[in-house]
Amino acid sequence: MNDQQQTLWQFMQEQSDKLLTQTLEHIGLTFISLFLAVLVGLPLGILIARKRKLSGSVLGIAGILQTIPSIALLGFMIPLLGIGPKPAIVALLLYALLPIIRNTYTGITGVDAAVKEAATAMGMSQWQILSKVELPLAMPVILAGIRTATVITVGVATLASYIAAGGLGEFIFGGISLNNTNMILAGAIPAALLAIIFDFLLSRVQNLNLKKINTATKVLPLILIVLASFYLIPSAYGSKLTAGFTPEFMGRQDGNLGLKSKYGLKIHTIVISDAVMYKAAYEKQLDVISGYSTDGRLKAYGLVVLKDDKGIFPPYYAAPIVREESLKQFPELEQTLNLLSGKINDTVMTELNYRTDYLHESPERVAKDFLVSQNLWKPERGGKDGVVRIGSKIFGEQYILANMYSMLIKGYTDYDVSTKTGLGGTKICFDALTNNQIDFYPEYTGTGLLVILQPPTKTINLVEASKEKTYNYDKQEFESRYHIKWLQPIGFNNAYALMMRQKQAKDLNVRTITDLKNYLERK
Amino acid sequence: MIKVEHLSKHFGKVKAVDDISFEVAEHETLVLLGTSGCGKTTTLKMINRLIEPTHGKIFISNKNILEQQAEILRRGIGYVLQNNGLFPHYTVGENIAIVPQLLKWDVKKIQHRVSELLEKLHLSNDYLNVYPNELSGGQQQRVGLARALVANPPVLLMDEPFGALDNVTKAKIHGEFKALDELKRKTIIMVTHDVQEAFELGDRICLMDAGKIVQTGVPTELLFKPKNNFVRDFLNEQRLELEFKAIKPPPPPEGGTFELHGKALPSDASLWWVLEQLKFTEGESIFIFDPQHKKVGELRFEELMSAFYQYKKEQADE
Repeated sequence: MNDQQQTLWQFMQEQSDKLLTQTLEHIGLTFISLFLAVLVGLPLGILIARKRKLSGSVLGIAGILQTIPSIALLGFMIPLLGIGPKPAIVALLLYALLPIIRNTYTGITGVDAAVKEAATAMGMSQWQILSKVELPLAMPVILAGIRTATVITVGVATLASYIAAGGLGEFIFGGISLNNTNMILAGAIPAALLAIIFDFLLSRVQNLNLKKINTATKVLPLILIVLASFYLIPSAYGSKLTAGFTPEFMGRQDGNLGLKSKYGLKIHTIVISDAVMYKAAYEKQLDVISGYSTDGRLKAYGLVVLKDDKGIFPPYYAAPIVREESLKQFPELEQTLNLLSGKINDTVMTELNYRTDYLHESPERVAKDFLVSQNLWKPERGGKDGVVRIGSKIFGEQYILANMYSMLIKGYTDYDVSTKTGLGGTKICFDALTNNQIDFYPEYTGTGLLVILQPPTKTINLVEASKEKTYNYDKQEFESRYHIKWLQPIGFNNAYALMMRQKQAKDLNVRTITDLKNYLERK
Repeated sequence: MIKVEHLSKHFGKVKAVDDISFEVAEHETLVLLGTSGCGKTTTLKMINRLIEPTHGKIFISNKNILEQQAEILRRGIGYVLQNNGLFPHYTVGENIAIVPQLLKWDVKKIQHRVSELLEKLHLSNDYLNVYPNELSGGQQQRVGLARALVANPPVLLMDEPFGALDNVTKAKIHGEFKALDELKRKTIIMVTHDVQEAFELGDRICLMDAGKIVQTGVPTELLFKPKNNFVRDFLNEQRLELEFKAIKPPPPPEGGTFELHGKALPSDASLWWVLEQLKFTEGESIFIFDPQHKKVGELRFEELMSAFYQYKKEQADE
């Protein structure tokens, strides 16, 4: 336990620059959104308190916005506003609206009718009644709304890193992808602290007496603006091109760290989720992205892979990995799975991925079409000799492979199949396999090496130079450590790759990563 | 001073106020009396345009108030509410100073006027910086009254001003209310459902029912010359007390005075008040003095009763 804490502390010290930047970004993002939400929500709340007929529809719409899952809302924003802070701020603003509108409305309508009547009867104008009577009396309730909105926003702002808006989410999601607990905590703890601190401070303001609240409400907008401006400080840098890398890529030796150390690549980088990265590159919001070499969107969005001339990305050849016990239990399994071996190269896999990812055909149909075209497809035999459990990770290519294997097993053997697709990341899939929850799933040689086996750097440098060495090392180690067998590779190499738009790469005459680096260093 | 002509207010199909007309003379107190829902509060609120009339005209000092800007009009009319409507986030001092601030008086003048009023209403200056929720009900009502009076409006509208007070506090405030010199210079319209209060404070009473005025007159007119059974029934429950309060002892000879227990009786003393003062001991009576302060006779219980009987008989014969 002590050891764990020390390492977290060390991690945070080591990454203190990044941590500070991310925290400031997080605070800035939260308060820009909050400030705008107050700017929109307060007048709306006042409006519906005046025109009660509107209250149902306004509160209804704000309520519906609140129920949209945060990631989905961020997703909706991309076609409208692209990536980066703009869509993130708008999404956060929409989340913060409901509590602010609702509490303003409740606060104002809750002001004692006799007090309002007295104010009118003494000759106050509508504006004076609002500013001198209704708002001050409603202020504790309104502040409670802002307090709720703040806590929501601090929380949801972690998701902003999905669309390259920065914040503490970069650590959290990077940590989840990399299975790095310290990294997760380095993001999660400050985020939680921020929520607790702001909640506490606002609770203090809220509990002041009515007199002091009025002074406080005059100072609060200023504080909001100051906090909001934090966001501008870290983003005041730039370069000729902008790169968007996934949180996972950012933290990997065979990712951004390698680009820096082996190529000396210096590029303005933002962190973004894999889901929106390709589209953002296509829409010219990003110039360089970290993709996968067989991704269907490569074809869909007209991107080109830059050649890894210094070989920092290890080979990621896909092959099914199977529990040895399962191979004994299902004697025909190995030969059936090997039917696919060598049948799919990079181009074919990209084409198949293109059909699912971009043309939105079902993985099942794509799998069947391919098997039929290869004369591998056979009708089901209606298996009765036990059930083979297939796992897959949560992306298109794995779904296609899982479907192909399922059809092959049903057609060539008497086994039945159950598929457990969408098993999150490597860690989840692999744990399912070792804990006998599934019998096999398709894995990549590079992942096996770097994520699961994690040998010392020396060994890595030794084995990742060639496809065969990596495969053989994986095969040997998996057998001895986990009693899991690597079957024959399917053929394609789904490695990390840097990619750019074809046209831009051609215009800039960039073909390799070294070309890119040279272009960036040219003044 | 205040003239209301054919005033109506309809809420949908309900005629809350139905074609009423009345006048209030300068420095007069008119009480709008009636049960809940009779339209008395609606009528009052139309006079400072908290409610806009459906039909009819209202004149204050011969000016049609419906042609004036509502805010400006209201700053010239004092308004006292049942639940006082004090601003909970303002101190007593700030509450009283609201209208002068709207009128942009200078700070010194406001301060001076506020403390002057506090003194007149028997509230010490210590209360200036206290919030309304720290005051008793009676004190809150006094502050409410001070707030209405602060800018010296010629007209005062009062909506059940003492309705939320207990009987003891109410009696005390009634006394102060009658004694307050500021109020003697005001034209007042007061709404109440309390018959006793109406008789005690009103110069004239306007009894309303179902949006219409049933009878307007001085208290004795309502008592002894009720226009119809509604008026008679409305007052029936407290009739005896009201009558004793309405009837005065037979007047002393021109320029003379009454004295009881060695003190002169106030000129407006009612039979009720006199009877309350009597201790009913042997030989006790009210002495009658002529202008030269020479004792010319006395009033005993028997004479008082006979005066009451006479008065009633006269009213009945008319």
